[in-house]
Amino acid sequence: MLLYVLKRIGLALVTLVLLSIIIFFAGQVLPGNAGRAILGPFASQQAVAALDQKLGVDRSLLAQYWSWVSGVVQGKLGTSYQFQAPVSSFLWPALGRSLKLAAFAFVIVVPLSIFGGIVAALNRGRVVDRVISTTSLSLSTVPEFVSGVVLIVLLAIGLKILPVTANAPPGSPFLTQLKYLILPAIPLVFILFGYIARMARAGTIEALDSDYVRTATLKGLPRWVVIRRHVLRNSLLPTITVIATQTGYLIGGLVVVEKLFTYPGIGTLILTAATDKDFPMLEAGVLFIGIVYLAATLIADILYTVLNPRIRLGSAE
Amino acid sequence: MTALDPTGPPGAEAASAVVSGSASIGAAGALDVSVGRIRREQLHQLLHSKPFLVGAVIVLWWVVCAIFGTLFVPYNATATNILNTNLAPSAAHWFGTNNVGEDVFSRVIVGARDILEIAPLATLLGTVLGTTIGLAQGYLRGAVDMIVGRIVDAALALPIVIVAFIFVVAVGPSTLTLVVVIGFVFSLIIARTVRTAVLQERELDYLAAARLRDERVLHVMFVEILPNVLGPILVEFTVRLGYAIFTIATLSFLGFGVQLPTPDWGADVASNYGYLAAGYWWETLFPALAIASLVIAINLIGDSIESVLIQ
Repeated sequence: MLLYVLKRIGLALVTLVLLSIIIFFAGQVLPGNAGRAILGPFASQQAVAALDQKLGVDRSLLAQYWSWVSGVVQGKLGTSYQFQAPVSSFLWPALGRSLKLAAFAFVIVVPLSIFGGIVAALNRGRVVDRVISTTSLSLSTVPEFVSGVVLIVLLAIGLKILPVTANAPPGSPFLTQLKYLILPAIPLVFILFGYIARMARAGTIEALDSDYVRTATLKGLPRWVVIRRHVLRNSLLPTITVIATQTGYLIGGLVVVEKLFTYPGIGTLILTAATDKDFPMLEAGVLFIGIVYLAATLIADILYTVLNPRIRLGSAE
Repeated sequence: MTALDPTGPPGAEAASAVVSGSASIGAAGALDVSVGRIRREQLHQLLHSKPFLVGAVIVLWWVVCAIFGTLFVPYNATATNILNTNLAPSAAHWFGTNNVGEDVFSRVIVGARDILEIAPLATLLGTVLGTTIGLAQGYLRGAVDMIVGRIVDAALALPIVIVAFIFVVAVGPSTLTLVVVIGFVFSLIIARTVRTAVLQERELDYLAAARLRDERVLHVMFVEILPNVLGPILVEFTVRLGYAIFTIATLSFLGFGVQLPTPDWGADVASNYGYLAAGYWWETLFPALAIASLVIAINLIGDSIESVLIQ
């Protein structure tokens, strides 16, 4: 068990190193050099060369990669080209805001989709099941900005019950802030709902078809007791894994939703950095998304092992 | 398990083919007649499934728009008119006009073209590449499998939209970039599916026979195994096609896909959504609905194919 967890962490670290290499070198291919990007097209070549030297971008790629990685490990994320200020002073607040939006979406979607999946499974093959399954499948395939636009038109412009932007006036109370986050959270909920509900449905159906559930039914337990004690416990296991892996997706979705609702989170940060060729900012932002994703899948794997007695006991042998 | 009963009713035959997996198909030349019948039966099932038909009609409509759209749109899709900006839908402009006075209806019709060019090409590239990688991984196993598996994990450690976005930013947006980047990322995902399917095939008798006959590795991979894993590959292709459209539309919305003034749904949403707050909803809503209809249609098709092939 411990061995498995250690092995799993080791693998995640290897993946992380590979990822940092991919990010760093992809960043280096960006057209235009850093000095020119900062100084603009009218600066003299000498000034550009001098700035390149000061930034260290005239060194070999390997040397640059090394100083970047060792900086990141020590918590030094570099200086933003665009703002001439430490990347971390932008990254952490943005990350915090994204986290707030993501957490809000999660709080809505997890109970809702598990409930939907279970209801669909209990009504397998009937109209309820088909409606839930088809709707959730369709919703999860529509890009976030598309459902976002439809929602804005319907709820914010048509019915005028929700604000168009995600940004509450500064100093608003918590509940008002949440009200501004409802609309941006729904497109994320739509996508996640499909995956989680499908998983919950499949897990529940598998449990319903199992021998132990038949035994429980045959020995005369009331239906809801069978469902609560025997079906749900087993069916929610794979669902937990899916929820954790979806964290990674969620961050990708944030980029889109944040742009649509002009919300200053990590997605907006990365987009702006990419447009302005602000490499340190871009690399740090993308790397953190990768770290969050890897951490989430790691936790999912470990959680699954811990919760599943078959794997837990099997590996102990 | 691998034997089909040629005398049974067609329905039972299709069912048994499904149960035994695609392993029985193509493995024995003597059963070719019933293989044809299974295929016909599956096609029959598909053509009688409502979701499939609805999806097919919608996709067909957009394909017609993509190919012939420029011939029947009421206005030139890229003709700006600063005197007619942000006009609400009317008889003259069915979907209104956008913030530079272009006719939204014409742009929605013609906007089908680029995405319907890039998405299938990217998916095709991804499927061909992914199938090759997956076949090699699943059949050769060992070091190849492990190394490729690691790379796949690293590349998929980021949301696809972000991976695609980094590379498009790095080399600049163009049709070719989009096709290559999305095709490459998808190939990694498709490789996983194909690998799993190949691992199941690996244990079957016909492969042991092929090994005993001392067939060449490439022959075994592409002539023996490939026909038997076509089912999952076809399903994967349709699912990926939906995601390709998702990804391309999203990249265009983020500003790294199809570039204006080329009519494109995602790019049109991006250039007009700032006017939503002012109440000009039509210039954003209609392109958005077009994207929604296309992805939902493709997923209906994919879902139907999946339920017919793999029950």
